[in-house]
Amino acid sequence: MPDRAAPVLDVRGLKTVFRTRGGEIHAVNDVSFHLERGELLGVVGESGSGKSVTMMSLIGLLPSPPAEIRAGTVMLGEQDLLKISADQLRAVRGARVGFIFQDPMTSLNPVFNVGFQIAEPLRRHMGMTKAQAAKRAVELLELVGIPDAAKRLGDYPHQFSGGMRQRVMIAIALACDPDVLIADEPTTALDVTIQAQILELVKELRVKLGMAIIWITHDLGVIAAIADRVMVMYGGQIVEQAPVKDLFANPQHPYTRALLKTIPSLTGAREARLQVIEGQPPIMTAAPTACAFRARCGHAFDRCEVDNPKRHAIDGVALGQGHDVACHWAPVTAEAAHA
Amino acid sequence: MLTFTLRRLLLAIPTLFVISLVIFLLVDLAPGSPMSEIPLTVPPEVRKKMIEALGADQPVMVRYVLWLRQFFWVEPATLFDGWFGTNLAGGEQRILSWQSRAPVFTIIGQRIPQTLTVIGTAYLVGVLIALPIGIYSAYRQYSLFDQLGTLFAMIGFSVPTFFSGTLIIIIFAVTLGWFPTKYDTNLAVTDWPSFLQQLRQMAMPVMTLGLANAAVISRYMRSSMLDNMTMDYVRTARAKGMSERVVVLKHVLRNSMIPVVTVIALGIPSIFGGAIITENLFGVNGIGAALIGAIHASDLPMVQTLAFIFAVLIVTFNLIADVLYGLLDPRIRYD
Ligand SMILES: Nc1ncnc2c1ncn2[C@@H]1O[C@H](COP(=O)(O)OP(=O)(O)OP(=O)(O)O)[C@@H](O)[C@H]1O
Ligand code: SF4
Ligand SMILES: [Mg+2]
Repeated sequence: MPDRAAPVLDVRGLKTVFRTRGGEIHAVNDVSFHLERGELLGVVGESGSGKSVTMMSLIGLLPSPPAEIRAGTVMLGEQDLLKISADQLRAVRGARVGFIFQDPMTSLNPVFNVGFQIAEPLRRHMGMTKAQAAKRAVELLELVGIPDAAKRLGDYPHQFSGGMRQRVMIAIALACDPDVLIADEPTTALDVTIQAQILELVKELRVKLGMAIIWITHDLGVIAAIADRVMVMYGGQIVEQAPVKDLFANPQHPYTRALLKTIPSLTGAREARLQVIEGQPPIMTAAPTACAFRARCGHAFDRCEVDNPKRHAIDGVALGQGHDVACHWAPVTAEAAHA
Repeated sequence: MLTFTLRRLLLAIPTLFVISLVIFLLVDLAPGSPMSEIPLTVPPEVRKKMIEALGADQPVMVRYVLWLRQFFWVEPATLFDGWFGTNLAGGEQRILSWQSRAPVFTIIGQRIPQTLTVIGTAYLVGVLIALPIGIYSAYRQYSLFDQLGTLFAMIGFSVPTFFSGTLIIIIFAVTLGWFPTKYDTNLAVTDWPSFLQQLRQMAMPVMTLGLANAAVISRYMRSSMLDNMTMDYVRTARAKGMSERVVVLKHVLRNSMIPVVTVIALGIPSIFGGAIITENLFGVNGIGAALIGAIHASDLPMVQTLAFIFAVLIVTFNLIADVLYGLLDPRIRYD
């Protein structure tokens, strides 16, 4: 792919460790990825695979202690978010990077009305007056599809339904026109119809506002519906990364393939999801020296026990730009991949 | 909210009636006679006359009904007459202390200012030092500051005021000689030096009670802050780029204050309860001292009236706490 513009976000060699009383937990191990302008990057993986910790590490949202970012660079434009001061980082959060969390029921502050909560980042980052912020807050609520927006500014979060609250969260995250929006399982806590509405909304806003989005989910069905590119995480590492079509057409990693077998239909029940893969995801108490998936992998062989596989491109394109996988057994042909 | 308040007020009426009856009967059961302080040389006929004059020979229910009438009609009417020069009370008998023959409410009126200045100040000081300690301890959990705060709270919690008060007297009055040992009730604050003297004589009781109150409230504040600090909305506030000051002192504190304000309001009646020991220890001639004196003298009307006033305060501040809770927490709807 010739002459691509510089990515909005470029993460290299990120390593995050929790220091707990029971020892260290290596939640993110040497994670590298980038995000193109206007792109929607899906991130999938089981519970505990390090999706949230990775994304929260980017903008310093993890409580420290216990979290400690050991290595890496996070380039947002020209700035390395891991090097800048706490104050500079606060100027990035909510302004250039917006974040939406999983549980809309608890993510809004119960004692402030939503008008205030939307106005906060506007006043802080854009220097708006109260009146300007209120006006913009109404626009934002309209943008995310809340009826009667002007009247609802004074309402408190408990006066909104779950789906409406998530819309308010989206309005907050979008308030300052961020370059990057990180959505951490924003629909997991919502029921299926509401989930579909939120997905529609995000698709629409993407076109309207042109920001790049990182979308974390358990649900490959959601990925298929909205993502341009997918990253599969396991044991705090990226085990496979590819444009969404390639991943579905030609899955390489045994874990990805197991995941794909677990999706029902795109609109079907979400319950059965990932539990179908036998065994438990590992808790990484040390940096990996073997494949993290080996205990559950049907293709494991002796090398997997002693050598943590590195990501390697399987389509001849530079690593990270095309389809790559971290597995000693891969690459396999498309026909074999679906066997 | 208004209907809720009115409903609660109406509900308080039967509650208070029952409480008043229980108090009346319990106090009446207590052994002792109003004559116990009268010299033994006084002949029995005279004693009998004195008892009759007090109305103490009447059956308890008769005295109860009379007391009710006096408490709820004569006393408010007298107060009203005093303000507007009317004659609603019509010279009816007020509640009289058996000990001093003076109206109970006159005595209370004289004692309350002493209690409020000393004990009220102690409570206020306690709250004012407890809140910042609690907030900072939570923000820097397990720091040296937090550990010291915990130690301080343990001491305040577990050492009774009669002990800490005595210790404070020994240290600051006896050994260091900074403050007077005895509280001078008659001191009138008219100028700067007398004001300073008032401050000095208040220092020790305020320290004693303030320490105890601060210990309790700072713990509440700390644990409430800790509960809220890990909430999702705090992460949202950080993700919006809010400064730590705004995150902690606005988002977290506003939520954490809800239970703490309730605790503070509920604690206010205990100002008067706590006064009993401290006032006696430091010789503050307030409401607590009046109660102890009345108990010693079997001055039943005084004891009954004071006990009932405490009950009214407790019921009132319970209501205030509920209303405050509703005002602070938009999720609470009372109707
Ligand atoms: N505060 C913490 N202290 C210690 N370990 C933590 C902490 N937060 C996360 N972890 C560990 O980091 C690992 C990755 O967690 P993370 O929350 O990123 O998973 P996830 O992929 O987002 O899962 P989910 O789908 O459940 O959200 C987990 O093993 C978890 O135990
Ligand atoms: S490296 Fe080995 S154990 Fe790991 S996924 Fe590939 S084949 Fe399985
Ligand atoms: Mg997560």
